[in-house]
Order: sequence, then structure tokens, then C-alpha cells
Amino acid sequence: MADATGVLVVGQTSGDILDSTAAELLAAGQSVAGALGEELSIALLGYAVDAAGQQAIAYGADRVYAVTSPLLEEYQADLYLAALDALCRDASPRVVLVARTAEGRELAPRLAFRLGVGLAQDCLEVSVDESSKTLLANRPVYGGNAIAVVSCEHTPQIAAIRPKAYEPTDPDSSRQGQVVSFPVELDASLARTRVVETVKEESEGVKLEEARVVVSGGRGLGGPEPFAGLEDLAKLLGGAVGASRAAVDSGWVPASYQVGLTGKAITPDLYITVAISGASQHMAGCSGAKCIVAINKDADANIFKEARYGVVGDWQIVIPALTEAVRELVDS
Amino acid sequence: MAAFRIDGDARRVVPPANIPPVVNGFDENAVEAALRIKDEQEATVTVISTGSEFALDVMKKPLSMGADELVLLQDDSFDNTIDSFVTAQLLAAAIRKLEGFDLIICGRQASDWDNAQVPLGVAEILGVSCISLGKKVDVAYGKAIVERIVPDGYQVVEAELPALVTVSNELGQPRYPTLRGIMAATRKRPTVWSKADLEMDESQSGSRISLRQLFIPVSDQECEIVEGDDAAESGRLLALKLREAKII
Repeated sequence: MADATGVLVVGQTSGDILDSTAAELLAAGQSVAGALGEELSIALLGYAVDAAGQQAIAYGADRVYAVTSPLLEEYQADLYLAALDALCRDASPRVVLVARTAEGRELAPRLAFRLGVGLAQDCLEVSVDESSKTLLANRPVYGGNAIAVVSCEHTPQIAAIRPKAYEPTDPDSSRQGQVVSFPVELDASLARTRVVETVKEESEGVKLEEARVVVSGGRGLGGPEPFAGLEDLAKLLGGAVGASRAAVDSGWVPASYQVGLTGKAITPDLYITVAISGASQHMAGCSGAKCIVAINKDADANIFKEARYGVVGDWQIVIPALTEAVRELVDS
Repeated sequence: MAAFRIDGDARRVVPPANIPPVVNGFDENAVEAALRIKDEQEATVTVISTGSEFALDVMKKPLSMGADELVLLQDDSFDNTIDSFVTAQLLAAAIRKLEGFDLIICGRQASDWDNAQVPLGVAEILGVSCISLGKKVDVAYGKAIVERIVPDGYQVVEAELPALVTVSNELGQPRYPTLRGIMAATRKRPTVWSKADLEMDESQSGSRISLRQLFIPVSDQECEIVEGDDAAESGRLLALKLREAKII
């Protein structure tokens, strides 16, 4: 792909709405495209993506590829990959950015292998070496204990960006952009996996990823019952309950509660951790929280190095007292 | 984490001298997933790994858990500088060299570079069905039937064999080796293949990613410890502190 040019972001949609991760990618893409002096495009896959395309333009896309087929109405990895592969070969972007969502975790590596190029995985920040037009990607490794700066040796240079690493810019509905129709012919037999059943296991109320307040429990809680107390506190604050991997592995709460490297990335205004030691793998999922509060009886726990406020004490006494005081403050 | 050091010039992590290497945790989950299938039906479990050098007693752990064979892809050039792209090419070449397979099971990612790329790459290269993040893996009627984790719960997904499945810690505890297993593993010899034994397309053997810099991030977070006369008082003071800071 000698004539490769421009930045292509792979955008997700839910129905007619552009996903927030797509708006984040456009923010990252704008800085990269700006440094390259090239155009920013977005690929939207689906059956009809017109409304989301207009939103993408408002968020900074110069061009929208409407990648459409009746078979793309629902996400299926093999079909989405075939469509993206076709688009990348046709549009020859210099840089491709994918959000590291549940779908992106599958799509980005497989797309890179299909195109025979490398992938900068799980990036927190991307920039450009302007003289060589090389994408430089900062990514945590060793569970977040180290940061690596990597670059891709082949074109397109693909990076998977961690959700919430970038903030969307303010949308401007007066922005103008071009919509390019890119219908794809797909054969249904390309889909090699089939979803037979979907089981929801989320806590009720506010979604963990969207909550402004999250209260998480860890190994130190000792069992599933104390999570009811965390629910009470979270509810008072209009928040959601999360957990460390240790609590999930112990079977106290479902995997959908897990915050961390292999769980969810959250960016609440307030993150209260209860009996969580603060291993780097956990912190990888909450480093974007505006204020971290640690409640742990071990004064040497790593979590106190990451927290803004801390209480060294037994959660069994601290949590009821905190909850009661919060209740009074909320009521008054 | 005092044992964790980086040689910035060499751009590599210096492994601590007194901590022995281990099998990657998610890969032990993969071995467990394979053994659970073998518990229920006729199956041969082959374990494959790549590297420039191996601690053989560590690598034999899957055999002592109950796996049948161990294949080590060992070559001076298979060191830590090779990237996911090349590792996947090596594994795919070795899997092709084996006498057929129905299911490939991999750990979701390695706990050093957390790349989560090699398994999906192997599926792409071999052109087999691919299901990621399994927490339960069954084989029946020529299909892999997998419960895979999604953000709000899980899905039951089917794929025709041959297939590749990656598994996560939600699969559950890997079994402990039994005494009989350890004895059997001592007698087993791994098959060792070097680069020359593998049919590799040279155009596919170059690194796709280069490492420019490696450093330990510094945190400048100062924690204010809220302390009352007792733990209950501390809890109440914390609430007031958060209100004062207009956080709640």
C-alpha cells in the first residue's frame, strides 16, 4: 500500500446512535490526522448508518464510509472482518484506529493478521513522528507496571485504543463532511460462529461503565454477603457496584462486575475501593477515575499510593459509618 | 513490586533472579479447559509453547496435570524480541505439522505484554473458526460450544470444528498435578522442534512491531489519610471530607 494516506477509525454504533467509543476514536484520530496533515475518515458498518454518519461528522470526521450490507445489521466477527478487510484494501489508509471494546478486542488483531501488519495493542495515547509519518503508541505492559512506546513497521499502522483514554471533542453540527457509500457483497457462509443464547448478568440500576460513582469490593470482603452493604452505599450515591478479579474468581459476584485489565475500564468521578489491595492490573481499569478513595486495613497496600483519600481500617466498621453519614448528607 | 526492574537501554524487563518462571496463568486455564473435555470423552491433549530456552520442569506441569504430549518450539531466534505476528506464524506452522487437530485452546493473553493477539492470529493463519474469552468449553456433534464472556453477561456460541477458543480465568481453578501425573510426566520427553523443522514463509517471519522505549510510569498522587478516633469516626469523617471537596 504505497499510496496509503489518511486516518481511518472503525466506529461502533448502537442503532442510529454513534457509540461514545467512536467519538473518542475521532478525538484521537483528529490529533493524528492533524499531525500528518491528512484526512480523517470513519468506517460505520451496518444495514443503514446515515444518522450515525452525520454524528460522526459533527465529532470531527472528514469522510464517512457507509459500509453496508443486510448481513452487517448485527455484529458478527467474521462478517465484520470481511467488510473491514475489503474497505482497508480499497481505501488504503495510513493509520487505522480501533476501540478496544469487546468487539474491538476480536476485530483489531484479526484485521491486522489478515492485512499482514502489526497491531499496537491497548494504547493509552497515540502521536505521530512527523518526519517519518510513523504512529507512536504508548501502551501499558506487565499489567500496567511499565509503559512501552511502540511503532508499527508496515502500512496500515493499526492501533487499538483503550476506551475512555480519549475524551470526545464537543460536537459541531455545522461541520461538513463527505459520505461515501461502500456497499459490500458478503456471503452468509463466512460467519463461522453462531450465538445460540445470550445471558445477562449485570447488577441492576446504573451501568458500571457509565456510573459517576462506583463502589468496588475485593478479596478482603471475605464472601458475597458484604456486597449488599456496598450496594446500599452505591445506591445512595446514584452509583454502581464493581469488584476486583479476586472477588470474581472467588465466585462472589459475576464477571460483569470486574474492574481492571481483563475486566471493565471505568472513569467515574468517585471510585470507592473497599478491601482492594490495588494491584496494577486492577488500577489499569480505574486509572481514569477522577477521585479514588481507598478503605483498607493494610496501611501498606498499594491502593494508598493511587488514592486521593484513604481510611486505614476495618471495612466492617468503616462502611456502615460511612454509609450512615452519607445518608444524612444526602437527606439534608 | 520491588523485584520489577527495567533495563531502559536494552528496552527489556530484567527478570528477578530469585523468582522462578511459571506457566502463564491464562494458559493454565487453557490446559484445564482441554483436560475437562478429556475427562468426558476420548481426546488427546497436546501442549505447545515457543521460546529460546525453557525450564523443563516448569514446562512439564501441564503433563503432570494430565496432558498427553508436549511440543516445544525452541530456537535461539525465538526470544522475547519476537512479536505476536511471528509467534503466531511459528505456532501455526507447528500445528500444521502435527497430525491433525479438532480444537485449539489458548489463554486469552500473556501476563507480560498482555497482547491478546497470538491466538486470534493463529486462527486467522489456519483459517479456522474463532471464539474468544470462553469460560466453559464443550465439544459435541462436531462443534465447539462455548460460553463466552461479554460485558453484560455471557453468550453461548457454537462453531464448527476445527476451531480455536481462547479462555479466561472465569473458567475456574486449574487442577493440581496428581502424584501419578507427576510420575508420568517425569518419564515423558517433549518433542523439540527448531526453526529448521518448521515450514515458514520467510515473508511472514519479520517483526511487525518495534519497541522504541520502555519505562516505569511515576505516580505523583498524594493520599490524604482520613483518621478519626476509631474506624467508625474515620468513616464519618471520610463522608464529610468528600462533601467538603464537593465530590458527593
